[in-house]
Amino acid sequence: MSCTDKKARLAERQEQWQGMVDKALSRFPERKENFSTTSGIEMKRLFGPADVDAVDYNEDVGFPGEFPFTRGVQPTMYRARFWTMRQYAGFGSAKQTNERYRYLLGQGQTGLSVAFDLPTQIGYDSDMELADGEVGKVGVAIDSLADMEILFDQIALDKVSTSMTINAPAAVLLAMYIAVAEKQGVSSDKLRGTIQNDVLKEYFARGTYIFPPQPSMKIITDIFSYCKDNLPNWNTISISGYHIREAGSSAVQEVAFTLADGLAYVDAAVKTGLDVDDFAKRLSFFFNVHNNFLEEVAKFRAARRLWARLMKERFGAKKASSMMMRFHTQTAGCSLTAQQPDNNVVRVTMQALAAVLGGTNSLHTNSRDEALCLPTEDSVRIALRTQQIIAHESGVADTIDPLAGSYMVESMTSEIEEKALEYINKIDDLGGVVKAIEAGFMQQEIGDSAYAYQKSVETADQVIVGVNKFTIEEAPPENLLRIKQEMEIEQRKSLAAVKAGRDANAVDDSLKALREVAESGDNLLPAIVSAVKTYATLGEVCGILREVFGEYIES
Amino acid sequence: MEDLVDGLLSGKVRSLAKAITVIENDRPGKRELLKRVYPKTGNAYLLGITGPPGAGKSTLTDKVIANLRKQGKTVGVIAVDPSSPFSGGAILGDRIRMQQHALDEGVFIRSMATRSHLGGLAKNTVDVIHLLDAAGKDVIIVETVGVGQDEVDIVRIAQTTVVVMVPGLGDSVQIAKAGVMEIADVFAINKADRDGADKLFSEIRAMLDMVKGEIKPEVFRTVAVDDVGIEELVQGIFAHGARVEESGFIEDKRARKAESELRAYLVDNIMERSLGLHIYDDVVKRVAAKEITPMDGVEELFCKLGMEKGEN
Amino acid sequence: MDKKIKVLIAKPGLDGHDRGAKVVSRALRDAGMEVIYTGIRQTPEQIVATAVQEDVDSIGMSCLSGAHNKLFPKVVNLLKEKGAGDVLVFGGGIIPDEDIPGLKESGITEIFLPGASTEDTIEFIRNNVKQGV
Repeated sequence: MSCTDKKARLAERQEQWQGMVDKALSRFPERKENFSTTSGIEMKRLFGPADVDAVDYNEDVGFPGEFPFTRGVQPTMYRARFWTMRQYAGFGSAKQTNERYRYLLGQGQTGLSVAFDLPTQIGYDSDMELADGEVGKVGVAIDSLADMEILFDQIALDKVSTSMTINAPAAVLLAMYIAVAEKQGVSSDKLRGTIQNDVLKEYFARGTYIFPPQPSMKIITDIFSYCKDNLPNWNTISISGYHIREAGSSAVQEVAFTLADGLAYVDAAVKTGLDVDDFAKRLSFFFNVHNNFLEEVAKFRAARRLWARLMKERFGAKKASSMMMRFHTQTAGCSLTAQQPDNNVVRVTMQALAAVLGGTNSLHTNSRDEALCLPTEDSVRIALRTQQIIAHESGVADTIDPLAGSYMVESMTSEIEEKALEYINKIDDLGGVVKAIEAGFMQQEIGDSAYAYQKSVETADQVIVGVNKFTIEEAPPENLLRIKQEMEIEQRKSLAAVKAGRDANAVDDSLKALREVAESGDNLLPAIVSAVKTYATLGEVCGILREVFGEYIES
Repeated sequence: MEDLVDGLLSGKVRSLAKAITVIENDRPGKRELLKRVYPKTGNAYLLGITGPPGAGKSTLTDKVIANLRKQGKTVGVIAVDPSSPFSGGAILGDRIRMQQHALDEGVFIRSMATRSHLGGLAKNTVDVIHLLDAAGKDVIIVETVGVGQDEVDIVRIAQTTVVVMVPGLGDSVQIAKAGVMEIADVFAINKADRDGADKLFSEIRAMLDMVKGEIKPEVFRTVAVDDVGIEELVQGIFAHGARVEESGFIEDKRARKAESELRAYLVDNIMERSLGLHIYDDVVKRVAAKEITPMDGVEELFCKLGMEKGEN
Repeated sequence: MDKKIKVLIAKPGLDGHDRGAKVVSRALRDAGMEVIYTGIRQTPEQIVATAVQEDVDSIGMSCLSGAHNKLFPKVVNLLKEKGAGDVLVFGGGIIPDEDIPGLKESGITEIFLPGASTEDTIEFIRNNVKQGV
């Protein structure tokens, strides 16, 4: 049969089927008039060959490990090594958190991921007024190198890779990590891990900024440049869509705004004189994975392809490693329900499966009780087991990108890429991400999506099992993990002890030197490393930078 | 009400805030309140800050407040945001950028929604200005988007009105459309570090050259986010005030201000009385049915109010 | 003329998650209320000073960081100090059930947990604000 014959036959059969559909519809209308994803992409009744007409396998899909990396960044993917199972953890004191880390490593976790408390994330010490009530709450409290030494006690930093969710003060925490490693006898070129270091999204999605955008970008490019020479195996940034999605964006907006941030960082680094092929391989990404299974799988594939193309077209990247998007994924915290919390195990399983089918490089699975409080040890174990079951029992990791070639998934992949690119062009028109933030563009778009979603839940157009349908009367949950108020007092006491025991002159000198460097515009990292080694506190170091760079006010 | 007035005059924040609510919501005792407060007014310097959305008015206002506070002046701020035409509700977010002054007792910030009634915003705002004035604020800043007759009316009564512009918002069109040439006493080109600032500057200058006589507005460049150009702007504002004072135009300005105020009341009063007439709904219906013209409808309403159209 | 309900939506503490606060703000606006939004990272003192100047009928606070036990009651106490104890205060966020009785005792009239509808919040405000000077 010739090609045209085939097409004609297809059209004929399509028509036949449409007749059957019409008949069925006249008797049983469908559940909804329109089916669409949160990104407003139409979920057709049926996807077929016509939907992938424009997809060219060689150009758009290709092979794993090859441009444009739609099918994954490694040639063998999970057949060689599973994704890194990395559970984000941290609460209370450094000692408590260290115990949780050693427990997780003992249970087969393969990387660490540090959650810091809010004062740490915003560059305040535990004894500062604004830290009141927040110490140790959403993560571990780190005031000085002394806390960092306890945090990694008996954990060999040359054996483990560590991800740190830290942004505005990323340089300071990285400096402390370097200093701890040095005390362990591990040189900085052996260190593997990631700092989030993605300040742009803080201005429009997460809120833990300190400095205005310009000095923030300067600190970030300082880190790029320092790591290029001193920490060659360190991922200098984790450009994050996770929080954008948590703030209420759609899947398309998540891809678009994350990649737009990424372009801004690359642009800034190139403008400081760095060669794109020298630092781009150390850029990593971080995405959310939400409930709409197929849209999420397509989202990851689209993100990889779009990034590869942008790096090639806009920055003339030459090395494959500069174009490949490696990313961490976390299941959607905002999808967890406080009602019937055990149902969250099922949600997390589906989300995790979507991330794996989307080719994630590492994964955090949320714990069932996180809509209520910090996760208990039992809940964290179930979450980790979820990943292990997917890896070892489901079989999905045994072949690469198994959903490729699905009419639906390929069509959705192209549509997400296209719609994300439209947003990126719009941001370009506004003058780039920083200007778009000032104009409130992303904030408005995300706010619109969040509000539309909330309304769809309230009208039960979007069913959330256990919340707006299939509800039951429940007894209050028990055995929740609580951070005791005494922890804050203890932390302040130990901070006071550190301050009393250190060489005050050395601290003053190092801070003075830091101020000079900050004012001169030289790379800040060496001065920050020197300062933290004198046990100058995070609040003191950030205090100097606040004085020099000023503080950002929400717009 | 006595307590409220006494409290307000002695500088009690809560009394002032409550008194503003009386005005905003047209609560009983409003007339008496204003009667008692009015004689104590006339001391504050009234500054209007207006410009298109996205020009950075709130950030500029924030920095101007900081500058005035450094000079030891107390400040009252009225930040006006539009009401939703659908629900009548509003999100008033201007003060986000001014929260650094929240704990400063020398600064009082009040957000106001435009609400729906014609003329009402101008009238209410003028009254709130009187309250802030009587409460002893040295400078009162009214920040509005500057669209719509109401807001222009508010701006008209200011001693000095700053029109904030930014490069890249469709510049000259922006100027012409906003109809701001006639209300601007001072121009601030904000975000002046951006491309197009020079072009905007010369465009404004060119337009000003065509304006005849009186006092020509000065044009300043600011980068409010970085606190650049604020000092000069504030000096320029007061310099404008002083020039008006010296030039003799002050009488014009006073008369214009009084007239604007009167006019605001007039519009509001006529509206309110007309809307209260029992024949109002009927007139609307007949206009809708094209039985009478809107002009005839107005005649009928005025007739009912005893406002016959005279022969001048 | 209108008697608008004025509500202050505030984010006390260092928590930057403002999705809930912003969604509630929009919902209240669409229900015809006037909402003053403070932005994130507000101290209890700033929140109360703002509430007093704006003469709001109600304050809604959102906190997801676990600092609610410290921050929410502090706002209520400061309101009383400033003679504004009649302002209706409610809260929302990730708040364990066991904390709710204590928060209510301290003067927070209602706590909305994840999954609460904005309709409930609107109803609650309408039924509980004290109107009049």
